[in-house]
Amino acid sequence: MKWGVVVFPGSNCDHDCYWVLKHVFAQEVDYIWHKESRVEGYDCIILPGGFSYGDYLRTGAIARFSKVMLGIEKFANRGGLVLGICNGFQILLEAGFLPGAMLRNKNLNFICKYVTIRVENDQTPFTNITSQDRVLNIPIAHMEGNYYADKTMVEELNRNNQVIFRYSSIDGRCTNEVNPNGSVDNIAGICNREGNILGMMPHPERCTEKRLGSEDGKVIFESILRWLGNGVR
Amino acid sequence: MLLAKIYVTLKKGVLDPQGVTVKKAIESLGYKGIEDVRVGKYMEIKFDGLNKDAIEQMCERLLANPVIEDYRFEIGEVT
Repeated sequence: MKWGVVVFPGSNCDHDCYWVLKHVFAQEVDYIWHKESRVEGYDCIILPGGFSYGDYLRTGAIARFSKVMLGIEKFANRGGLVLGICNGFQILLEAGFLPGAMLRNKNLNFICKYVTIRVENDQTPFTNITSQDRVLNIPIAHMEGNYYADKTMVEELNRNNQVIFRYSSIDGRCTNEVNPNGSVDNIAGICNREGNILGMMPHPERCTEKRLGSEDGKVIFESILRWLGNGVR
Repeated sequence: MLLAKIYVTLKKGVLDPQGVTVKKAIESLGYKGIEDVRVGKYMEIKFDGLNKDAIEQMCERLLANPVIEDYRFEIGEVT
């Protein structure tokens, strides 16, 4: 299994992703510089968190025009797995790989804390070892995580089971009180129609080791490993 | 030399948390009758040898996100 972690100017969770893949899961992993237009030989590519291009204009708006995105588009069109975490999710939205957009958090603050999210779909490459309605304890760290899509788009996402995670209480209730940033329908992560591109605001790479407080992030990586290992691609 | 003045605003119906907060701040100064506040972006582009369509394309492709934002611009001589 070979993984790629894309590095944009301003990425800052690239090392965390690399660490987790290399040292927690003993995987082969490369950094991919954003000027690289060919991305070949990978099984899964991660767009990590951070502040690509200083978040200028809009989060992800400039990174989406990086050369590497052309390669990633081809990779994804062939069915390759793409995981966008936080700023990576924002880039996927700006690039139009996923529907919707991010607004400033409702309370206008940068929010950095552990939250709980509920798994909405356990049939994806990214969630297949967990089960629907399972609640994960996972950190968020963002200023623009207030997911927005219009009513029609949200209905479509729900209908096609493209909502993968929602902010919830520990016992799995998705109420306004546990929605940290104002996201429509408590949405914390979505995938594309084909199911091979996932964008999520929470950071699974920050919680794969017990000493960091939670290991719940492991299920994302383990799901991908199982999916790839099964050759279901 | 020409100057494009570009205004990017959140679409109607998209909640603007900054606008809401600014509205509260204005009201806290004692002003009454504020109906709504929307915060947007203003950009100036100085250019030569491009037409209106090019500016329009820049807005569509980069300067505004059509999912959440509207834009408008005016072009005039640099003064």
